[in-house]
Amino acid sequence: MTDQTEQHATSAAPAASSATQSSTKVLGLGPKDFKLMFLVVVLTMAAPFLLNPFPEGSAMAQFNAGYPDLMQRFVIFGIFAIGFNILFGLTGYLSFGHAAFLGVGSYAGIWMMKLLTMNVIPAIVVSVAVAGVFALIVGYISLRRSGIYFSILTLAFAQMSYSLAYSVLTPITGGETGLQPKVADPRILDGALEAGASPRANLFGLEMGAGFEWQVGNWLFTFNAGYYVAAVVMLVAFYLSIRIFRSPFGMMLRAVKSNQQRLSYTGLSPKPYTLAAFVISGMYAGLAGGLLVAMDTQVGAERMFWTASGEVVLMTILGGAGTLIGPVLGAGLIKYMENILSKINKDILHEWFFFLPDGFENLMVELVYPFIGKGWHLTLGIIFMLVVIFLPGGLVEGGQKIAGMFKRGKDADASKTTPAE
Amino acid sequence: MGILEVKGVNKRFGGLQALGDVNLSIADNVCHAIIGPNGAGKSTLLNCLVGKLIPDTGSVSFKGNSVLGRSPHEINQMGISRVFQTPEIFGDLSVLENMMIPCFAKRDGYFKLNAISDVMAQRDMVEKAEHMLEEMNMANKKDMMASSMSRGDKRRLEIGMCLAQEPSLLLLDEPTAGMARADTNNTIDLLKQIKDERDITIAIIEHDMHVVFSLADRITVLAQGTPLVEDTPENIKGHPKVREAYLGENSGH
Ligand SMILES: Nc1ncnc2c1ncn2[C@@H]1O[C@H](COP(=O)(O)OP(=O)(O)O)[C@@H](O)[C@H]1O
Ligand SMILES: [Mg+2]
Repeated sequence: MTDQTEQHATSAAPAASSATQSSTKVLGLGPKDFKLMFLVVVLTMAAPFLLNPFPEGSAMAQFNAGYPDLMQRFVIFGIFAIGFNILFGLTGYLSFGHAAFLGVGSYAGIWMMKLLTMNVIPAIVVSVAVAGVFALIVGYISLRRSGIYFSILTLAFAQMSYSLAYSVLTPITGGETGLQPKVADPRILDGALEAGASPRANLFGLEMGAGFEWQVGNWLFTFNAGYYVAAVVMLVAFYLSIRIFRSPFGMMLRAVKSNQQRLSYTGLSPKPYTLAAFVISGMYAGLAGGLLVAMDTQVGAERMFWTASGEVVLMTILGGAGTLIGPVLGAGLIKYMENILSKINKDILHEWFFFLPDGFENLMVELVYPFIGKGWHLTLGIIFMLVVIFLPGGLVEGGQKIAGMFKRGKDADASKTTPAE
Repeated sequence: MGILEVKGVNKRFGGLQALGDVNLSIADNVCHAIIGPNGAGKSTLLNCLVGKLIPDTGSVSFKGNSVLGRSPHEINQMGISRVFQTPEIFGDLSVLENMMIPCFAKRDGYFKLNAISDVMAQRDMVEKAEHMLEEMNMANKKDMMASSMSRGDKRRLEIGMCLAQEPSLLLLDEPTAGMARADTNNTIDLLKQIKDERDITIAIIEHDMHVVFSLADRITVLAQGTPLVEDTPENIKGHPKVREAYLGENSGH
């Protein structure tokens, strides 16, 4: 009896469509990923415009983020978070020490600028390589444990690195003062500096600080070589992360997060997969560290402090861990708040609430004040809590919900105009 | 000599002797059932075979090679696949991805850094996984999230994932535990079909006598960590010691 029903069911089952669903690919990306990539390219290239929406001299001008220093930070910390997400978002291993790789990358980069050349290419390449080797050592040891013990081990490594950089390793790291290229450094690949000139980071002669401003009416847009170099590197890093997400390796990393037991009893060893993810994300951090010194040629140990490691965790979760674009959004939001919100002071608040009667004006200023200036961390904390509680998928989930609402609205309209048969 | 040889295996948990001097030989290409009351040590025995536990004494060899001291993924790559008592699948992955992972494990070994090519562009892997899903009669569920399936489907998927590796020995730990009658019968049919169509040895732990007698070629009865008897199903049915130790409470089936 049962035999028959079973066989019947088998034969009745529709032949699974083994028709190739390989839709046309551009640059090895599916249509959706390509759209995302294209959007990110447009946004980063047009950033000097998009981030400066308010005219110079207007009250809102302080919210403009289109100046080189901040734009560079957006893309560099975007890289840092993209890399962190490859480890945390895919495998679920939460590293609390990734700033160590950023710091090691920065130190390596500065040394290249001291010894070899002020050209940023060797600095960046060596930052990535050195951070990768360091991540291999730290990962090999830390990955003997999982969960909270793994997090604590990485934190311990990072704090050790910080302490070493701050004190014992002073000859290499410059200790409290940190490092920067000096006129007297050997720089064997560069010619002698002109008298009185200081060493400047460049890309085959194009100085990172170079750029031009463009005045359009009351708007002032700044185009900076350093930003565009960092932005191109970020786009490459983002592209690679999409490829990793869609690859068999990426699938294995998600399998590690989902069920390690099943993975090992399916003949796959979780350890080399997580270690590879750890090293790759360490190299992304090193890349970010190298770019930081390429843009601003100095480094200090505080770059490796645990708060810096915590920041990249916040960026990733805030934006949406395990999503492609989330970490970049998270990095952008945090860096924006750190640089813009923190600059608002009491005087500015008084200007804003000037229209209110005096008593109310003072009251409003007192109410808002704790959340701005030095208090921006408080605002960040509140936003973070709200996101984690109401949008566990981060800003990306928020975006999807809003998009979903619009879609449903449209569908409803459509069903109104064309009544169902 | 059988495909799997267990000799003199002991395993203690603190004061509890979970396995006491277990000797077991599983012949090639048979379905060998291991039965016994709850707590008899059946799961512990399986754990010793797949590298989850290391026996205190004794030896376990598969196709003439010792498995002791090897890690689970190595033992699996030798040709032993295991279905767990509660389904172990990749809940956050799609059904198709679940099925592709063992295909990759079979093709690429325990680790391969293939980080640039698109997983869906690996046509041979996709096709193999889709074919396997068809065979498991769940091709229409391939895009579902694995965790959202029914327990019966999860078990089916897990069995399919094990088969996709083309193992020589398939270990099943109470595959019908907690299943409704209809699901149980479906599972029996599926296992029968596997047994008939494939060159595979099956070791099955089972509580349900109906399942055991529908499938097994040989039966070992385990009680308090020690094999009581080993014989054909017909002889086991009539064995007085077995009736007393085990069947007495379950002969209703
Ligand atoms: N990891 C463990 N630690 C301690 N005791 C265990 C462990 N695993 C099993 N046991 C004990 O060993 C005995 C055999 O268990 P098990 O092999 O699961 O029995 P069965 O699968 O036959 O029902 C039981 O008494 C159980 O409590
Ligand atoms: Mg059991």
